[in-house]
Amino acid sequence: MTVPEQVTTPDQVADAGLEEPWRRLSIRMLAVHPVMELLRAIPFILIALVVGSRSTPGGGGLWGLVAVGITIVIGLLRWATTAYRVTPTQVQVRRGLLGKSVLTVPRDRVRTVDLTSHFMHRLLGLTRVAVGTGQTDRRQDSGLVLDGMAAAEGAHLREELLRRSVVAAAPSAQAPRETVVAALDPAWIRYGPFTLSGLVTIGVVAAFGWRIINETHINPDQITVVHNAAGQLQRVPLATAVAEVLVVGLIIVALFSTVGYVLAYWNFKLTRTAHGTLHISRGLITTRSTTIEERRLRGVEYSEPLLLRAVGAARAVAITTGLRVGRGAERGGTVLLPPAPAVHVRRVAADVLGDAVPISVPLARHPRAALRRRFTRALFGWLVLSGLALGLFWPLGHPLWTAYVALGLLPLFLLLAVDRYRSLGHAIVDGRVIFRQGSLVRRRYMIDGTGVVGWTMHQSFFQRRAGVLTLTATTAAGRQGYQLLDVTPATAVAIADEVQPGLLTPFLTAARS
Amino acid sequence: MTEALLRPPTLLVSRRAIFYWTIRALPVWVVLCGVQVMWLLGNDPSYRTARVAVLSATVALAAIHLIVMPQWRYRVHRWESTPEAVYAQSGWFTIERRIAPVSRIQTVDSHIGPFERLFRLANVTVTTASAAGPVRIHGLDRNTARTLVDDLIRTTQATPGDAT
Repeated sequence: MTVPEQVTTPDQVADAGLEEPWRRLSIRMLAVHPVMELLRAIPFILIALVVGSRSTPGGGGLWGLVAVGITIVIGLLRWATTAYRVTPTQVQVRRGLLGKSVLTVPRDRVRTVDLTSHFMHRLLGLTRVAVGTGQTDRRQDSGLVLDGMAAAEGAHLREELLRRSVVAAAPSAQAPRETVVAALDPAWIRYGPFTLSGLVTIGVVAAFGWRIINETHINPDQITVVHNAAGQLQRVPLATAVAEVLVVGLIIVALFSTVGYVLAYWNFKLTRTAHGTLHISRGLITTRSTTIEERRLRGVEYSEPLLLRAVGAARAVAITTGLRVGRGAERGGTVLLPPAPAVHVRRVAADVLGDAVPISVPLARHPRAALRRRFTRALFGWLVLSGLALGLFWPLGHPLWTAYVALGLLPLFLLLAVDRYRSLGHAIVDGRVIFRQGSLVRRRYMIDGTGVVGWTMHQSFFQRRAGVLTLTATTAAGRQGYQLLDVTPATAVAIADEVQPGLLTPFLTAARS
Repeated sequence: MTEALLRPPTLLVSRRAIFYWTIRALPVWVVLCGVQVMWLLGNDPSYRTARVAVLSATVALAAIHLIVMPQWRYRVHRWESTPEAVYAQSGWFTIERRIAPVSRIQTVDSHIGPFERLFRLANVTVTTASAAGPVRIHGLDRNTARTLVDDLIRTTQATPGDAT
């Protein structure tokens, strides 16, 4: 068994006889960390100033400030104790004041390099480098991250880490040729409102506001705007009030979502470099630049959230090792194309995959049992919601709207069930697995069969009775496992057998039909 | 295309695993019943009948679970290992079959927990580069587990590459 990544003691490293000097992070990082900590602590400071001595018997504000002081000191220590170096075969990061540790990653394990610069970073010309290896995925800690490197040095490090294959193959001195695969068209911003990404922001803002109100004991009714709005809502009939709140809510969500779209995807550009990497850069204030080694790209996920689907848009996400979908700092690093017209997204997906068939091939339908199961599940969900609505019927004094809500939801749930069934599909093209599922977010996974490292067949009690199962192709890339809902056991075997011929053969029997 | 189906793996786990699963499921039920008994013995007299009914139902469920689940599991939990693949089946109410090609195996671990120690059992976890699909075989006899680990380590060393 090879151990691809390990923590060694400094002594062992010295024994290896590596001559490369250790490099420090930029000294300017000292300005970033304390300021970031201060920004994060603003709520505490505000509370401490506003509330002062009159509330908080425990002196919570004061303790908050002490905590800020400690974090600043920690930031200083982090700079003093962090160093890195790149040897011909390894990348090493040295950390720790008391217990020193050296994280060593073989260079051929490097899959992706991700450069993120927040606002403060950009002011000071700094960046944060995250190196993705297949292995760090399963770790709880952040792996190989260097926060506070000079921007130019970060870009240099990226070149250094991902270039080796080319240096070995063609040591020509000419600058790498880049071809632009896709770039943001400002017209796409019109899809911003349909992403609903603003909901998250609003949630955060609301939580923040709520905390301030709680901590400062301000009565929201004393704020004029709130007071007037509440008064107006109480005067008009209930239906009007509900409509007003909905409309205002929708406008706010649309606005936040659009702003979020612009902040995240401004200057978006997807390029392919001559040395086999895909390069994605984007961002208005916080810039993000991700480099993916194309050899490690295992596929593309083409996803259509319901609202985007309704307006003919979609987005694409890379499935690659080293970038796990939706995890901490790596979140969003895999975006291949932000919400854009579906035609465009399909073209980019085909370009990245190097094959237009996977995105356009018609998919095989799933058995009727899958449709029945979608209906039972939808009806079960509807029953639960209706039960809740009717549970309010007596306590609230027999309002009819509970019944209307229960009845009105039924067709929606049935439509959802039908759409969920219609989304289900699978195909195999040139050893590439194509799975599709989902209605609220319909996703089409196109995964390279060579990246599949195992199969899981999951069958619940009810699935056994219906004669179907859930097939999962496990992979080291992206979501780690890609599911195909409700296929017959024979289909599941056929898919696995076609992707990895011979793997299942010793475990097969003839069908009992 | 001829239709083929996956058969269950051939090897059963150790019979002692039945007791292991029973013992492992016991604490939750003991706590659930214990809390209810304490509540019943308290001097609050309201809803006494209802409480007794709920307690009896809990005891009945516990009995059924503790008797049926381990037997059922014993019939489901199976495994098989060839030079090319590891294949395991687990679960009871829901059944899961996992297959990993030996060429994709990254680590082979054997672990013995406190309850497993009690019944001289061991489990074997085979991980691939994916965080989603470790193949776990529970309730193996210790010697069987050791042989399996040795075999897997020998065969995986012969095949390089893990598709990351």
